[in-house]
Amino acid sequence: MSVDAVLNIVLSGLLTGLVYGLMALGLSVIYGVVRIVNFAHGELMAVAMYAAVVAFATAGIDPLWMLLPVAGVFFGLGYALQRGLINPFIHRPEHAQFMLLMAVALILVNGLLVVFGPDALSVQVDYSLDSYALGPIIIDKVRVICASVALVACAALFAIFRFTAFGKAIRACADNLLGAEVVGLNVKHLYAVTFGLGTACVGIAGCLLSMLGDVTPNSGPAFTLLAFVIVIIGGLGSMVGALAGGVLIGMSEAVAGLLITPSAKSMLSFALLIAVLALRPQGLFGRSS
Amino acid sequence: MSFDRRQFNQASLGLGTVAAAAPAISRAQTRALKVGVLLPRSGVQAFIGQSCQMGADIAPEIVKQLNGVDIQLMNADTESNVEVARSRAEKLINDGAQILVGPFDSGAAIAIAQVAEQRKVPFVVNIAAAPQITEQGYKYTFRNFPTSVDLIRNGLALYRDLFQATNAAPRTAVFMHVNDTFGQANRKAIEAILPRLDYLPFKVLDTISYDPAARDLSVEVAKAKATKADFIMLVSRLNDAILLVRELVKQRWSPQAIMSPGSPGMYEAQFYKALGKYSDYCISNVPWYDPKGALTDRVEKAFNKAFPKDKLMYHALNVGFTFEAILIAADAFKRAGSADGTAIADALRKTDIAERMMLGGPIRFDAKGQNTTLASACIQNRDGKPVVVLPKASAQAAPVYPVPDWSKRG
Repeated sequence: MSVDAVLNIVLSGLLTGLVYGLMALGLSVIYGVVRIVNFAHGELMAVAMYAAVVAFATAGIDPLWMLLPVAGVFFGLGYALQRGLINPFIHRPEHAQFMLLMAVALILVNGLLVVFGPDALSVQVDYSLDSYALGPIIIDKVRVICASVALVACAALFAIFRFTAFGKAIRACADNLLGAEVVGLNVKHLYAVTFGLGTACVGIAGCLLSMLGDVTPNSGPAFTLLAFVIVIIGGLGSMVGALAGGVLIGMSEAVAGLLITPSAKSMLSFALLIAVLALRPQGLFGRSS
Repeated sequence: MSFDRRQFNQASLGLGTVAAAAPAISRAQTRALKVGVLLPRSGVQAFIGQSCQMGADIAPEIVKQLNGVDIQLMNADTESNVEVARSRAEKLINDGAQILVGPFDSGAAIAIAQVAEQRKVPFVVNIAAAPQITEQGYKYTFRNFPTSVDLIRNGLALYRDLFQATNAAPRTAVFMHVNDTFGQANRKAIEAILPRLDYLPFKVLDTISYDPAARDLSVEVAKAKATKADFIMLVSRLNDAILLVRELVKQRWSPQAIMSPGSPGMYEAQFYKALGKYSDYCISNVPWYDPKGALTDRVEKAFNKAFPKDKLMYHALNVGFTFEAILIAADAFKRAGSADGTAIADALRKTDIAERMMLGGPIRFDAKGQNTTLASACIQNRDGKPVVVLPKASAQAAPVYPVPDWSKRG
């Protein structure tokens, strides 16, 4: 196979991986601070995808224009979900948290099924089939846009956590909960804000993914699984790890399709997961406890 | 009036026996034939399942006019899932279905055939091509659709006719196929038949299989493009066929043609709707309806009445074979004079229906329950419609090969 073809495939995997990374970032941020694993993560993303599809189908709104409104609504949704439903479970056993969020996931999947039916829906904007040509390399325009937006969203989230007082307060909660409470931080509010930020990431990723593929109510569980694989490889709770894990999975799927067979694309991702669990259980960028 | 314990036990036993025998009694005595229709009306094959359902919905009225048989449809959704298909078949039989029809999927058909055999309820396959469905020695399964081997043999023969009609001689092809039961069966058939057809001028450079539920085919298309093959030989479903064409346009690769030797996808209404001008010129060599047949005319009128916003041509294969499956069931029921499963199966074995909708000889089943008289037509998409371009006798337009570049469409 020619070098051009290999470059095309690897570049496509890299761009898709960046969007995967943004999707997984939300899960990782929530776990890193609140110490809750959001088992309804993919289902929330399917809701965001449907929001983009509905806006496009009813009013012709490009999903890129939906990014900020959806992020805002999802921030509010995440905040309310954490304050109203999840907060009482924070100190309960993990299996109770698991059952709660699985219930949320099931309600979302079946709610989508009732409202939208089982058929696959998609967004086809005017530039859906456009591509850029860099010599012999052809790059999908939608993928480039989605990957760029994902990078900007990730950078914004990093900046919030790194440079704002607010972000420092959230990190303080993650590092030393007792200390944060002693100095008077409103931990409940900060937890809810973190959950909101993580959910906003999912909302943005959902809008972007609506341009890359179809959505069905059953897309949710598959996205949850994918997000888990990514954050476990990258390191649960690590923001850099989530982004790197996304890129790694996107690339590994592309390379598996190239070197083995496209039918076995997921096989390499799961092989990577097993290898990481065996050799570095805390993930590539995770801290060992 | 009072019962002692012995009388109560005897009465209970009697009632229990009657209750247990009731389904069998009602199955054998009813005048209307209860047809269990199993189709993938949701899930990844939802669009095609709903298209097939249209054929089932219009069948009772036409069948009543033709045979005088009352049909009661019992519809079930297989959800594009083999295990669901199996359990829905069981439920339909428990609910009183006297014959099963469906299910537009080879994997589901194999599962339903096992249930039909165990419960001794006849099963008429509308669309499913895996050879093993009628190779298991089943007594209750009948298929009015070509096996993969026949489908591919007919489809590849039409490749030759197409190349002759257009004076083309492509040298290379890349074979892309879904990796489900249907796709694997077609792959085996192609690998067995193609090397023996020395009249076909091309060589297959690479075979690329993929998941029918894939969300992204960029890697697959990039691999295919790297082969620089003259044309794509495609065995697809619907959603993946749409994804594939989109990816071809994005990657700016215009092969000489995309040709299916016998698979769904590229002649479905959703394909035209989703792709617009890019749906044109795709070629499918598939069993098709006889546009000049009297029965086609009757079915088309009923279709237009039932679905005024739709057109039969966009559902031709799905509606045609599903309608014919119910026609076959009614014909056997009438000749059997009973709704008993074994009697209907015996009648099905003697089926001989000359007036039919689909191209091919009279509907007859061989010892395995397979109809071997089916023919294929070469369908090319033109101006957003499926058009018969071969065989010449039924052609509505001349075939185009090689097809225009993506950038030169409309």
